[in-house]
Amino acid sequence: MPQINLIEGITLALAHEMARDPAVVVLGEDVGVNGGVFRATVGLQQKFGAERVIDTPLDEAMIAGLAVGLAAQGMRPVAEAQFEGFMYPMIDQIASHAARMRTRTRGRLTCPAVFRAPWGGGIHAPEHHSEAIEALFTNIAGLRVVIASSPGRAYGLLLAAIRDPDPVIFFEPKRIYRQYKEDVADDGEALPLDVCFVLRDGWDVTLVTWGAQVKETLEAADALAAEGIRAEVIDVATLKPLDFDTIHESVKKTHRCVIVHEAPYTGGFGGEIAARLAEHALYDLHAPVERVAGYDVPMPLYKLEMNYLPNVARIVAAAKRALAAG
Amino acid sequence: MSIAASFEIEYLQYLDESGTLLGEDAPAFARDVRALVDAYKLMCFTRVFDGKAIALQRTGKLGTYASCLGMEATYVAIGSALTEDDVFAPFYRDYGAQFQRGVKPREVLLYWGGDERGNDFSGPAHDFAWCVPIATQCLHAAGAALAFKIRKEPRVALATVGDGGTSKGDFYAAINAGGAFALPLVVVVVNNQYAISIPRAQQTAAKTLAQKGIAAGIESVQVDGNDLVAMHVALDHAIKRARHGHGASLIEAVTYRLSDHTTADDARRYRSEDEVTAAWEREPIKRLRAYLQGMNAWTDAEEKDWLAECARRVDAEIDAYLETRAPPVTAMFDHTYAELPLDLERQRADALATAKG
Repeated sequence: MPQINLIEGITLALAHEMARDPAVVVLGEDVGVNGGVFRATVGLQQKFGAERVIDTPLDEAMIAGLAVGLAAQGMRPVAEAQFEGFMYPMIDQIASHAARMRTRTRGRLTCPAVFRAPWGGGIHAPEHHSEAIEALFTNIAGLRVVIASSPGRAYGLLLAAIRDPDPVIFFEPKRIYRQYKEDVADDGEALPLDVCFVLRDGWDVTLVTWGAQVKETLEAADALAAEGIRAEVIDVATLKPLDFDTIHESVKKTHRCVIVHEAPYTGGFGGEIAARLAEHALYDLHAPVERVAGYDVPMPLYKLEMNYLPNVARIVAAAKRALAAG
Repeated sequence: MSIAASFEIEYLQYLDESGTLLGEDAPAFARDVRALVDAYKLMCFTRVFDGKAIALQRTGKLGTYASCLGMEATYVAIGSALTEDDVFAPFYRDYGAQFQRGVKPREVLLYWGGDERGNDFSGPAHDFAWCVPIATQCLHAAGAALAFKIRKEPRVALATVGDGGTSKGDFYAAINAGGAFALPLVVVVVNNQYAISIPRAQQTAAKTLAQKGIAAGIESVQVDGNDLVAMHVALDHAIKRARHGHGASLIEAVTYRLSDHTTADDARRYRSEDEVTAAWEREPIKRLRAYLQGMNAWTDAEEKDWLAECARRVDAEIDAYLETRAPPVTAMFDHTYAELPLDLERQRADALATAKG
């Protein structure tokens, strides 16, 4: 079984699906000859040809609109935005067309497209290359919104996203693209798109997160464990549709919940989870829900980006506040 | 100084305002009486439908409706130029083309009557539904054309877009993709002179809209969109090129929106009566009728009978529309995803319980 990192998990899944299904095509800027700016599509054009691994002109709206047209006519496009900060021009095509193609035609036309992008901060990138914009998409009905946070989950979730009959926004936390390697079998086994993953069992406090913050949250759980506090860590992975039941089951056990995400605090998806806890789990909670999020500021340039991103100390402090209350 | 590149835009017209055939080089289609009469009848049918749809809205039986008055030649020519296997990506007043593709008038009315089932129409299942956000449909057609090219299918995708739509990036992106990938794509700009209240001259300083295709490196032509013969010739040429692998084309059809933008608009606020009166002199049905009558191919009696028949047919469609019951409340949920997520199952049950009272 090969040892691969997260981005190699992406490449492996793309190659697997392209070999399995001739309808799968990859399109984006520099995805072909160059193999992608992060090398996610490396080797694919040599293997599958320029007609299926398509270098497009430099226009994200074009990439998204072509993907909608391809998907509606029987193809399975995987469209790449080089960075999540360049997805804004795609949103009209995604929200106005991809997300509602099926329902507005009563199922006559569908849009089985994947819109994938490297996501989030922490790699000393230029401006507009470090955004956490998942909550812009979770409020659009008709989409699935997925963020992978390990090599194995990148492989299995991307396979599922490509096979899904509806449009999927697929984010890849670029900060942990090459964080570590793990064994991933190229067995074509997809992971479910409607479950959270419990990464660590615990009974004192539930830490809920997604994307690159999985790294800090697991480290925070280690720090808490050193003090005898056992934190349960949940990687939400698929934000939409949300598997709230897994989060609720954990909170029934721990009675305390900290939500960690790097997107800005106000309107971040943590607010949705907190609201559901208030609606469905209020009497299970022994302490107010804590949120550790990015600040409500535009993502700063990289000198300050690590001050913007949630870190282990903030997560540990929030967990301790939750444990001290009630 | 030397010239790096130079271009010109041809203007195509065969039938002038009075219905006189111009020049010596008239195409064979100009003598194809049967095809011309068929097209003429469809143009009349479209206009009768349009008038009755507006009346339905005025009497509170239809929501906001977008009229196609004055653009019948452009749309009917598009409908007859495409084959069933081709893909049509319309905007939202393309009925004259869609009726030929099997879309029923009752389905047009259902859509404007607030019911998505109108988009699940009887036309080819692969055709795109009406597109409201402006110009985005051009990229859907380009994507469809890219699919045909990848699968090596001899099919063509055709999108229509308004004059205002040519200001949007999606329009340029689509024709640019058409050029860069040599796609089997035809984009028809229905230049009806107005984007709601903004006249064509305020939309761009470009002398023609056709020349925007030059920047994309595709074959581009300006056509009298009220001249059915010219539209037929331009479309036939562009579609044949596309089908035989010679790439994308742009056709600017110069026409005039004789109606308001939609029934929610009042065009008297932004254009003069004199201008509209002059535009009626150039409208497409009158000129084709004059041409057909000049060839003794269409009589006043046939005209009267056909208009009565159109009224009967449209009335039957209106009855069918009015008799269509509202969809069940669950319909808004059932096609959101292929499989309903748990959240939506709960919301669906809630909506159903509320609807039952």
